[in-house]
Amino acid sequence: MIEFQHVRFAYEKGREVIRDLSFRIARGEAVGLIGANGAGKSTVMKLALGLLSGEGRILIDGEELNRQTLASARRKLGFVLQNSDNQMFMPTVYEDMIFGPLNYMVSREEADRRVDEVLARLDLQALKHRHNHRISGGEKRMAAIATILAMEPEAILMDEPSSALDPCNRRLVINTIRGLEQTKLISSHDLDMILDTCSRVILLSEGRIAADGPAEEILRDRALLERNHLELPLRLAGG
Amino acid sequence: MNKMEKALHELTEMDDLAARSSPVHALHPTAKLLSTIAYIIVTVSFDKYDLGGLFPMLLWPVLLFEISGIPLRTCFYKLRIVLPLVMAVGLFNPLYDRAPMLLLGGTAVSGGVVSMLTLMLKGVFCLMASFLLMATTPIDSLCAALRRLHVPGMLVTLLLLTYRYVGVMTEELAIMTDAYHLRAPGQKGIHVSAWGSFLGQLLLRSMDRAQELYGSMQLRGYHEHFHYAPIRAFRLPDGLYTLACGAAFLLLRFVNLGRLLGGLVVR
Ligand SMILES: Nc1ncnc2c1ncn2[C@@H]1O[C@H](COP(=O)(O)OP(=O)(O)O)[C@@H](O)[C@H]1O
Ligand SMILES: [Mg+2]
Repeated sequence: MIEFQHVRFAYEKGREVIRDLSFRIARGEAVGLIGANGAGKSTVMKLALGLLSGEGRILIDGEELNRQTLASARRKLGFVLQNSDNQMFMPTVYEDMIFGPLNYMVSREEADRRVDEVLARLDLQALKHRHNHRISGGEKRMAAIATILAMEPEAILMDEPSSALDPCNRRLVINTIRGLEQTKLISSHDLDMILDTCSRVILLSEGRIAADGPAEEILRDRALLERNHLELPLRLAGG
Repeated sequence: MNKMEKALHELTEMDDLAARSSPVHALHPTAKLLSTIAYIIVTVSFDKYDLGGLFPMLLWPVLLFEISGIPLRTCFYKLRIVLPLVMAVGLFNPLYDRAPMLLLGGTAVSGGVVSMLTLMLKGVFCLMASFLLMATTPIDSLCAALRRLHVPGMLVTLLLLTYRYVGVMTEELAIMTDAYHLRAPGQKGIHVSAWGSFLGQLLLRSMDRAQELYGSMQLRGYHEHFHYAPIRAFRLPDGLYTLACGAAFLLLRFVNLGRLLGGLVVR
């Protein structure tokens, strides 16, 4: 579904942030992208979405990402931003949710149907007509996820979806992510969340892959994690 | 809540006002838009000494405020920042136009004073009319109406995004002023020496956020034009309202009601 082939990228000339990155995520897989702050997780997501472009090839659903394929590739991907405030820009949750579908020429009736369906599935009906400015951080994150689901993407990319949430909202977001059947790429340094939601983990270090394998295996490797400024998930540290 | 957050709160309150219901709210946005534009044009076109003729123009906004249930108080409260600016426009007229113009209770009033008052009233009237439009019409419907009138999509999008974006800037400003005051306790406002870096930071931060926002719009399939909520059809009553307003404005403009009434009484 998402494939990187020898991708390189630099924000400023001469300072490569992504160095010869290659990986392949199959349809239906749930992959955690972990690494310390500044390892390049957000950059990888933005490259996959075509918000940034570097050297090398990126394939979305078997098609190389370029000017011609950008629109069709983006249609298959949903991106939940790290900062929900920057994602929700319409006055109400409802208006934000129909924004994507309407742009993709879905009829208003169909868009309305999707909105109600997604809100019911996430148990968020109460948020529908609330103002984005007046809902809490946890509600906003859930609303941002709902906004993306209303577009019915084939793959969902989430940048640190559990950051800045209290334990209760964090749990709510984790359960929601677990319930999604789409292909998932989730960046985080919340390794407990990754363990709960992903079966495979890619560990990034300074723009390179330091490890790639089953979550249970990599997240147990204390030495590897510590070398990359990460800690064992609490759940595994205990026993 | 600090001052900025309050401002932000007020901005969302405009959306709330526009979501109420009243006969004025129920009018077609195009009818309201056209009548407001006509009102502003007619108001501005009054002669600068025609204070008496201008005054009856106040009737229209006052009447609509009454019908729409939006308190005039709210209007003046929200416009408290711009009102003085508008009023200040004519402030210097009395200085260079000192020829006596009319007698009021035995004292001569100069042309400058009359034209100052006329200018101020024009500003206040136009602000009242614009506020009324915004307070009774959701911004999306207004944009949809503009599109129907074939205003270029880019312009309308710009208007909509500016309206939304003011919120983002205010939010960044709120965070930054809070951070500043936590480290400069007891200081009123922001010290001049910090203005430069403060403004630079604000611009950078808002630009970063704007970029993310725009990225998130693009990822959701946005290219250049918005899909506004459909607005209902323009019906006969909307047309009649627009025509009636237009006729009333012309009447007020070209028939001096004050003099007419005065004449009636004397005769
Ligand atoms: N807009 C930018 N301009 C310049 N450098 C950037 C920009 N965004 C990120 N970087 C740099 O790229 C590197 C990777 O950043 P990022 O992908 O955000 O990491 P992560 O999401 O893993 O924390 C960091 O060293 C960061 O400083
Ligand atoms: Mg990041």
